[in-house]
Amino acid sequence: MTTPKLKLQGVAKHFGHKRVLDGIDLEVGKGESLVVIGGSGTGKSVMLKCVLGLIRPDRGVIEVDGENVVGLRGFAKDAYLSKFGMLFQGGALFDSLKVWQNVAFGLIQGRGMKRTHAKEIAIDKLGRVGLNADVGELFPAELSGGMQKRVALARAIASEPEIIFFDEPTTGLDPIMADVINDLIVECVRDLGASTLTITHDMASARKIADKVAMIYKGHIIWHGSKDEVDHSGNAFVDQFIHGRADGPITMDVLKP
Amino acid sequence: MYNPLALVGRATLSFFASAGRLALFAGNGVQHVVRPPFYLALVGRQMISIGYFSLPVVGLTALFTGMVLALQIYIGSSRFNAESAVATIVVIGITRELGPVLSGLMVAGRVSAAMAAELGTMRVTEQIDALTTLSTNPFKYLVAPRLIAATITMPILVLIADIIGVMGGYLVGTAKLGFNYGSYLKSTVDFLEPMDVISGLVKAAVFGFLLALMGCYHGYHSKGGAQGVGAATTNAVVSASVLILAANYLITEMFFTS
Repeated sequence: MTTPKLKLQGVAKHFGHKRVLDGIDLEVGKGESLVVIGGSGTGKSVMLKCVLGLIRPDRGVIEVDGENVVGLRGFAKDAYLSKFGMLFQGGALFDSLKVWQNVAFGLIQGRGMKRTHAKEIAIDKLGRVGLNADVGELFPAELSGGMQKRVALARAIASEPEIIFFDEPTTGLDPIMADVINDLIVECVRDLGASTLTITHDMASARKIADKVAMIYKGHIIWHGSKDEVDHSGNAFVDQFIHGRADGPITMDVLKP
Repeated sequence: MYNPLALVGRATLSFFASAGRLALFAGNGVQHVVRPPFYLALVGRQMISIGYFSLPVVGLTALFTGMVLALQIYIGSSRFNAESAVATIVVIGITRELGPVLSGLMVAGRVSAAMAAELGTMRVTEQIDALTTLSTNPFKYLVAPRLIAATITMPILVLIADIIGVMGGYLVGTAKLGFNYGSYLKSTVDFLEPMDVISGLVKAAVFGFLLALMGCYHGYHSKGGAQGVGAATTNAVVSASVLILAANYLITEMFFTS
């Protein structure tokens, strides 16, 4: 049996009295694209941050290439983080740096690459996401939302990571730009041969990016299967979510007038 | 039911928890200050931001403080015919206390607030998380350069403030109060001891460290959106100012009461 690229086993996290993750079990195989769907506040982002070591889980095991990475520090943590790329929901581009410096940041600071060489790679990656070299000399604040997402994607793939996380990659974009970003994600990931874990509540995005789909609800993975199975899951929670119905087992804490 | 003991207990626990978090943050920051790699370009950029751009506000503060000091001391000392002490008291007052403390407070208002706002915005827009995912330690990249730059720059700023403050007193003393140019300068130099200046510079270095620490701490732990960043900025300036005044007493006692 092959070792999964990323494996979460019984991962739990609570903040105060709120239990955000309650024993998450997930696997992402080599070169596989897993999309985790779920509503707002179901623990998707916390799950990603646990894997990246930004938040320490209360319990559970997170394995990358078969090695538990929970609690790693110093050089060991740097080494495992170098396997990851991450596209943040809001882009998280550094305002004070030019676009090319943002894309080359991990290469220069993380890997100690010379600036001239890193800049060449950054310009190449910008081209990969459909942006020309002139854009590299601008600051993030001078770009539209769609262009910022492209730059963030270029930064995520710049160091050619083995695992890429996409946190709500299409949030805040118009449907056409969202589709452009989805296409770019599929192309870039295919070229790199990377494993990906995407969290989203955009079903169009999920259908385009995913090999497999899992649904998270109240800190649990309540269903998982292939992309083709999602429409015939037989799971009332999944059905309600993918069709965007207000009525169903998922209840929203909204005061009705 | 309202329980005053529980209220005191909660406040005490909260205070010690905050103090503990701050101590850990400071320890982590210092650890990255002394351990390579060092981001010298970032330190240089911060030194310009903290030092060069604070020069106008620190210079004006020192100038007017020296001028007011000369006037007040002259008015007070004339009551017992000790007007000749004006120059000496101005220079000792400026170098030991007013130069470092007022510069520290002015720079805290400008720099701690800016640091808290910048790091706070980076926190709420996930830029600090992005640093970590790009194999860059946020303490080394964001906190350590600011701590180093502020600790080095504040003594330089205070030395300039000392000179400008003494010049303010000199201007008022000679142009308004009728002191002789040469004798005012002679009184200034004759009674000034190296420890007066050195103690002020040591204070400045400590104040620089404290104001950068407070700016970074509150910005780094900023929560929520614009409101959280606003609260972090306010807390940074208030806590830096209070810590500067408290540290001033402790350092003064350390230097001059033995």
